[in-house]
Amino acid sequence: MIIILVSLLFAALLGAILALVIGVAAKAFAVESDPRIETVTDMLPGANCGGCGYAGCADFAKAIVEGAVPPNDCPVASAEDAVRVADYLGITAEEKEKMIAVVKCSGGISDTVRSPYNGVEDCRSAVLVAGGSKGCDYGCIGFASCARACPFDAIEIRDGLAVVHPDLCVGCGKCVDVCPKDLIVLTPAAVDVHVYCNSPEKGAAKRKVCKTACIGCRKCVKAADSEDQMLIDGFLIATNYDNPPLPDLVEKAACPTTALRLATQHAAGDTEGVSK
Amino acid sequence: MIKKITKRKKVISHKTSIIEETIEISPSTSEKIKDGVPASAPEKSNISVISRGKPRKFKGGVHPNDSKALSAASPVQDAPLLDKYRVIVHQNIGAPPEVLVKKGDEVKKGALLAKASGFVSASLHAPTSGTVTAIDKCDGPTGIRVAAIEITADGEDEWGSPFEPIADWQNAEAADLKQRVSDAGVVGMGGAGFPSHVKLSPPPAKPIDTLILNGAECEPYLTADHRLMLEQAEEVVAGAAIFARILGLKSAVIGVENNKPDAIEALKKASAKTNVTVQGLAVNYPQGAEKQLIYALTGREVPIGGLPMDVGCVVQNVASAAAVNDAVVKGHPSIERITTVTGEPLVNPGNWRFRLGTPISKSIELAGGVKYQPAKLLLGGPMMGFAQSSLDVTVMKNTSGILLIPAEQVSQYTSDPCIRCGKCVSCCPMGILPATISQAVENERFDMAAQLNVLACIECGSCSYICPSHRPLNQHFKRAKSEIMAARKKEQKK
Repeated sequence: MIIILVSLLFAALLGAILALVIGVAAKAFAVESDPRIETVTDMLPGANCGGCGYAGCADFAKAIVEGAVPPNDCPVASAEDAVRVADYLGITAEEKEKMIAVVKCSGGISDTVRSPYNGVEDCRSAVLVAGGSKGCDYGCIGFASCARACPFDAIEIRDGLAVVHPDLCVGCGKCVDVCPKDLIVLTPAAVDVHVYCNSPEKGAAKRKVCKTACIGCRKCVKAADSEDQMLIDGFLIATNYDNPPLPDLVEKAACPTTALRLATQHAAGDTEGVSK
Repeated sequence: MIKKITKRKKVISHKTSIIEETIEISPSTSEKIKDGVPASAPEKSNISVISRGKPRKFKGGVHPNDSKALSAASPVQDAPLLDKYRVIVHQNIGAPPEVLVKKGDEVKKGALLAKASGFVSASLHAPTSGTVTAIDKCDGPTGIRVAAIEITADGEDEWGSPFEPIADWQNAEAADLKQRVSDAGVVGMGGAGFPSHVKLSPPPAKPIDTLILNGAECEPYLTADHRLMLEQAEEVVAGAAIFARILGLKSAVIGVENNKPDAIEALKKASAKTNVTVQGLAVNYPQGAEKQLIYALTGREVPIGGLPMDVGCVVQNVASAAAVNDAVVKGHPSIERITTVTGEPLVNPGNWRFRLGTPISKSIELAGGVKYQPAKLLLGGPMMGFAQSSLDVTVMKNTSGILLIPAEQVSQYTSDPCIRCGKCVSCCPMGILPATISQAVENERFDMAAQLNVLACIECGSCSYICPSHRPLNQHFKRAKSEIMAARKKEQKK
């Protein structure tokens, strides 16, 4: 009985002393921090994607509170979120255009010439072996390096081709950095018309290896409402994102290789590669 | 106890014994070459270092089935003249040469097509006389389309070499000879394609005392260097002497693997009256890798990230030596090379002397075509060669072999987890830890890979070859090396 009492007493005494030590230490070594940082962190999406260039949301929140960056620098947060943060901090939030990623290639396995590949299933490793197994030197290799890098699961590998889902993509740009072919670009989310080809080769050379390559026929350039809506660069045509064409261009132009697509249509898998 | 130890020693010495012979230098020739040699050059050949004898081979290595018998007995034949050659512009490590010709130009055989665009660059010459019909992109050996000059032959095959032979090269200035090596566009023909003249220009702070000619040809299947050493032994030896003269050395050593006794014999015969020494080497892949060859011959270890010149050595390929001999003695630039066309599916595997720009498809035709469909086509040997997806790729200065592999030898496997057997560690000729590094790379820890000296990897493929889990170790290291180099470049830019 006495042993139990003594040990209880001892434990209680030890607890009291340690509590005192912790209490004093908490007061003495307290770190001053701006309480607004925590609140702003809570307001941010919390994806920790790093798309803003900071090491996670908390770091970004600190930068906002310090005034180093505006709250709309977060690519994930919606405009309302940014305004909410700005209101809380008593600053003004500017409008920022929402961007989404586009993989400039439409050559899936069924549309392109490929050689057998037996090695590490990662685009950045595969590209070291003969530039990837694809016949086209510029196209998507399809080993999902971008899909693995995407914090929002917005990239799907379909038929050996990376396809971005515009409704899921927030435009953080993580995928842009990992693509060894520099295929992925961030484009304004409001523009839906894109040319899904990246090869600067001559039309005939492209057609040899890919059914859905842009062959530079300029049908879309002629069909566009104004001349500079589509830009011509050698044998490759690209959307002019400063003066974008309307979505109906895809139907009007009737691209012979279907390289000209709507991002939504491409993501839904509505477009099949054709060879006319 | 003492008895036991001596017995063991014996076994070791037996195991590592290799053919060695130092050729007596006849007074007349040694006198001749002595002229113009700086006093600091060692009196005796460095072979004394070698024959003292401990390190006969490097540590590690593997023994793949060499399959050289397919083509080793076939003498080198001159490939017939083609109608068209497509010469790839960038055939060397370093800067691509600057193209001088344009479409429609008439060129003579040996005429300058592209001029070296810097110090580490190599000039390119026309393989035959004819017209430049296109300067366009064609399929390259690494799978990426590269710039190439198409020459339509006129059938005359008339020489128009940009330089004259240096008949009395024994008394020529070293600088003139070096300029000739550079003008002739000679590169390392063993596979790397490193411009030869760069290796012959060591900075004054790094004195060279040993010239090594690489005739190891450790890659399985390849016999191009073997046939060259056998049939053109004198030219190889003369090339060695020219290299020695440029470097101000009096001697040179040719390292040949012991599986080519006839080549060793021929070289010894050819070098009998010179101070070029022929040294047999243990048969062990990658014996022909520069650093491993230096270690086997001199016992010196090239430091990590260093060059052979850091340990006073210069290593040149035997085919490059023959090319330099052509450039100096005959006044011919480097426009052809001996290439082994081999593999079980071929009807007549053999060795041919191809002009640069000969398509692979033609070489396969020359070898009698295929008996059955091969599964893989490689440029180079099976260990380090590049898989090809096009038959339009053309022969370059560093194309040592064109190899067709049947389906039963191409295994399609998936890589399994590392079982930590340590085989890769014991076979790695550079003494790094492939298993540990590959795990770091799989987790994208390139900093850790760099710390584990992945940059020392020579990509010989021994670890991938021996791994029982079929792990793509070599590919992991390639990735790590490219990532680390890219990161360093970025840092430098900052």
